[in-house]
Amino acid sequence: MTDWPILSTVTFLPLVGVALLLFTREDGVFGRRNILNVSLLTTVFTFIVSLFIWAGFDNANAGFQMVEKHGWLGTGIAYHVGVDGISMLFVILTTFLMPFCVLASWNSVEKRVKEYMIAFLIMETMMIGVFVALDTVLFYVFFEATLIPMFIIIGVWGGKDRVYASYKFFLYTLLGSVLMMLAIMAMYWQSGTTDVPTLLKYGFPAGLQTWLWLAFFASFAVKMPMWPVHTWLPDAHVQAPTAGSVILAGVMLKLGGYGFLRFSLPMFPLASDFFAPFVFTLSVIAIIYTSLVALMQDDIKKLIAYSSVAHMGYVTMGIFAANTQGVQGAIFQMLSHGIVSGALFLCVGVVYDRLHTREIAAYGGLANNMPKYAVAFMVFTMANVGLPGTSGFIGEFLTIIGVFRVNNWVALFAATGVILSASYALWLYRRVIFGALEKDSLKSLLDLSAREKLVLYPLLALTIFFGVYPAPVFDATAASVDALIHNYEAALKAASQVALLVN
Amino acid sequence: MIYKLIVFLPLLGSIIAGLFGNRIGAKASEYVTSGLMILVAILSWTVFLQVGFGAHEGEGMIKVTVLRWIQSGGIDVEWALRIDTLTAVMLVVVNSVSTLVHLYSIGYMHHDPDRPRFFSYLSLFTFAMLMLVTADNIVQMFFGWEGVGLASYLLIGFWFKKPSATAASMKAFIVNRVGDFGFLLGIGLVFVLFGSLNFETIFAAARTYLEGDAAKEVVVNLFGMTLDREDAVTAACILLFIGAMGKSAQFLLHTWLPDAMEGPTPVSALIHAATMVTAGVFLVARMSPLFELSHNALTFVTIIGGITAFFAATVGLVQNDIKRVIAYSTCSQLGYMFVALGVGAYGAAVFHLFTHAFFKALLFLGAGSVIHAVDGEQDMRHMGGLRKHIPITFWAMTIGTIALTGVGIPGTMIGTAGFFSKDAIIESAFAAHGAAPRFAFILLVVAALFTSFYSWRLAFLTFFGKPRASADVMHHVHESPPIMTLPLLPLAIGALVAGVVFHGFFIGEEFAEFWKGALFVGPENHILHAMHEVPLWVKWSPFVAMVTGFVTAYYFYIVSPETPKKLAETFRPVYLFLLNKWYFDELYDILFVRTAKAVGKFLWKKGDVAVIDTYGPNGVAARVIDVTNRVVRLQTGYLYHYAFAMLIGVAALVTWMMLGGVK
Repeated sequence: MTDWPILSTVTFLPLVGVALLLFTREDGVFGRRNILNVSLLTTVFTFIVSLFIWAGFDNANAGFQMVEKHGWLGTGIAYHVGVDGISMLFVILTTFLMPFCVLASWNSVEKRVKEYMIAFLIMETMMIGVFVALDTVLFYVFFEATLIPMFIIIGVWGGKDRVYASYKFFLYTLLGSVLMMLAIMAMYWQSGTTDVPTLLKYGFPAGLQTWLWLAFFASFAVKMPMWPVHTWLPDAHVQAPTAGSVILAGVMLKLGGYGFLRFSLPMFPLASDFFAPFVFTLSVIAIIYTSLVALMQDDIKKLIAYSSVAHMGYVTMGIFAANTQGVQGAIFQMLSHGIVSGALFLCVGVVYDRLHTREIAAYGGLANNMPKYAVAFMVFTMANVGLPGTSGFIGEFLTIIGVFRVNNWVALFAATGVILSASYALWLYRRVIFGALEKDSLKSLLDLSAREKLVLYPLLALTIFFGVYPAPVFDATAASVDALIHNYEAALKAASQVALLVN
Repeated sequence: MIYKLIVFLPLLGSIIAGLFGNRIGAKASEYVTSGLMILVAILSWTVFLQVGFGAHEGEGMIKVTVLRWIQSGGIDVEWALRIDTLTAVMLVVVNSVSTLVHLYSIGYMHHDPDRPRFFSYLSLFTFAMLMLVTADNIVQMFFGWEGVGLASYLLIGFWFKKPSATAASMKAFIVNRVGDFGFLLGIGLVFVLFGSLNFETIFAAARTYLEGDAAKEVVVNLFGMTLDREDAVTAACILLFIGAMGKSAQFLLHTWLPDAMEGPTPVSALIHAATMVTAGVFLVARMSPLFELSHNALTFVTIIGGITAFFAATVGLVQNDIKRVIAYSTCSQLGYMFVALGVGAYGAAVFHLFTHAFFKALLFLGAGSVIHAVDGEQDMRHMGGLRKHIPITFWAMTIGTIALTGVGIPGTMIGTAGFFSKDAIIESAFAAHGAAPRFAFILLVVAALFTSFYSWRLAFLTFFGKPRASADVMHHVHESPPIMTLPLLPLAIGALVAGVVFHGFFIGEEFAEFWKGALFVGPENHILHAMHEVPLWVKWSPFVAMVTGFVTAYYFYIVSPETPKKLAETFRPVYLFLLNKWYFDELYDILFVRTAKAVGKFLWKKGDVAVIDTYGPNGVAARVIDVTNRVVRLQTGYLYHYAFAMLIGVAALVTWMMLGGVK
């Protein structure tokens, strides 16, 4: 078991599915059914295999585990993968969400279903690659490569304004990426290596840290997305097909947060400390600003997209609070948001498939004929609001506590999010679900089908499970987060001593 | 084990009724949830007797661990049950009222098709409330706190087809969230100050927190203020109290409670009178070791409590909806409890909480019975003369009214429940020193007069005089079935005798043996002794207020029914001011709701679309197109153009290399 390259297996399993899909033909009912089955089996199988990563994971070990390393063309760049407590659960999150994406696309994708599934499976490989990569170049390649399938998914299978949305998405992310590439090159020139574990111990000079931090920040901030570079997200979400939104909100947004935790915080501690107030400001603006904007949306998906930006504000705030509660809260918030916002987009997908509109005004009174749907939507809404007992609470609570210890002004403004999130989320719920069933178009709607239950119920169970018993997540992340915080504080301390000596 | 059963059986009932209600049928759901509640209520009374009267000093606190919850750095909180006398009192209150309300609802909701859902919500609420009162740490308390908020939201909006009901439910949740905002920050500050969120650790640290010179040590910089230990505790207490203000509908955050009457009446009895709204009182009582450290925070509590008691009573004077009158009365009585807390008479506050649960639940269930009798009518102007038609309800309501108004003879042991608890609060407010308690004392006595007036006004308008309902309605008026009237009986008994029986334990000689330290009282706090030594006129003042209120109401609504109308005409501005609840809803609508919407719209249209997108991606895209157009113009296709460009390029390159080579 120990010799088995499990991370590579999980990373590239979806490509096996792609290979199989290439041999299928998309004609008639059977062809389509074949494609869907192959995709579903691939993603489920990948998820099951990925569970072995968690099973074999040593919670007490703060370092990288299940490491594989192969030189590549003798360039010093290596195929180097491994997971630690910070990245491991993101791998699981990715593989976990994929089967739901396939299921969500079961009927709703009508054309080119084969290419669609191929794009998704390739994207899965790329996303897992980002989380397991331990070489900056490898990381960069995966990080950028996730863009292409998503760009295609939005641009081909998206809604009416899909081309505008996909270009906006691409433009934004590209800008950040270019700077990140420059930073990776600069790091290589400075330290002579692209190996992440080595770089983590390297200790860049303070002046360079600032520039590198900014370059990485540009890339990750766009991905998060942080205010004011968030405007691509609502458009992308609105235009993307349901499954695209799920992946976008569930996994893609986490790439940024993961990047902060993997690169910015441990490699550039001095710069992180220096820029923390700046990040806090942007986070707080994101929380308040986007919550208020969410309040006024009349498109369901756009509303949820804006609420995602607000929730990511808690993540960035928690990360740069740079204490145990903040960072663990941020990780938990990302995982929880992956499940909850994914589920919310799936909920939107359920009614969109029936009515083909995302206008809030077109709905109302769904509780009358879709009670099961109303319950599921209620649970996810409450998780989005951060009600204790759902997974949404833990991350929000810990990040607020974490940041309170560092800067209670930030906590004060961030805590207004609990009021604002309740306002937009409950108002949405009221307009869509409550009320009398008056619109004729809604009267014939049926409650959740078996497939939709299969999609929503597991997510519902997890949302409550992690709200009540989040211990598995904390156990897995504790050692790595402690090490991260320890090194971070040691670096700051060392720097301040140097400063004292110089003076 | 018994403790776990008490807390988790209602959850079980809720899950059964919620998930399988449609399969097992409405009847089965009712029986399952109500049966479990009866069991839980019996268990709670045994626990109450054990903990309150059986155990001795030190045994009074039992901790039962259930499950791990959040472990992150210094935060180490578990799902655990903490049982002491305070918890036991709350267990009795919550489970008794909840059981009776479950039973009552079987009759009241008889015609509703969604009964399984209703009973599921009721049991869910009970579970959340039990989690709140048994919490072993602040975070679990916050869980219960938000859980009851959720249940309240669901129950207010139970009839989700009514727009007014869903609006009220949303309002309740959001206004409560404003309080939670303070609560959350309070939790943060407590964690920073004490390094823990568990009650035991916090309380142990609080005992010695301000001893000696440590009180002046600067510990935290909060929102730009540099605070020493004393002020930091004050800040933490006030932040926590903001949470309590939301949940207990105190002045400024009270607006949701009257609207919450949109829910079914049993819900109002359980949640918005007897239990959930008292959670704020419980919070302050539970945190008494912390509040006791901060005189300033307690003063703040006193002032808010006093204002609420007065303000809500004034509004209650003129309301016409039978449930709204009782709702404002609840709001006002909660103010009394906070005044008691504020002057350090925690026992009196919890005592009033205890007695109030009986008579207020009785009044609400009685009101439900009235509404049931007159075919859903809630406006008292369309009632009247019902005494003969629904005698049991009439007597129940009358008992509730005399208990609420505090009928009793000062100086003796003869009196209703409210007489013991409310008068104790008024006396303790007088006994405490300082301007704030004196201010509160005056407000409370005036509020007692108003209480008596609006309570009797309600009784007279409903049960006396000539029937004002249509003949058709009057024809159908009927007494409620036994399943609805029987639950009134235990409540009526409680409303009459709870005061006589328990006052010795809650606030009298047996105080220490009963509470066993569950309510912390500082060494300088002698309020419970002092309140017995107040002058005679103070003891008689609530009595006089009560009688005055009764006589006025009798004159206005029995002897001369034209007088109130004339008064309303003469003092029209005052009347409208009160009728419109001091215009708080209108004010908040302009201040917060509209503003938030306008700002949201502005940020979206001007911020995101007009600024960020125009100068961001769209701008970049537009520039790119501009540049490409120009580049396209360069590509003329003429060979000599290219040759010329190349020549210049080569020249530039050579120049650059030469200059670079010099260096």
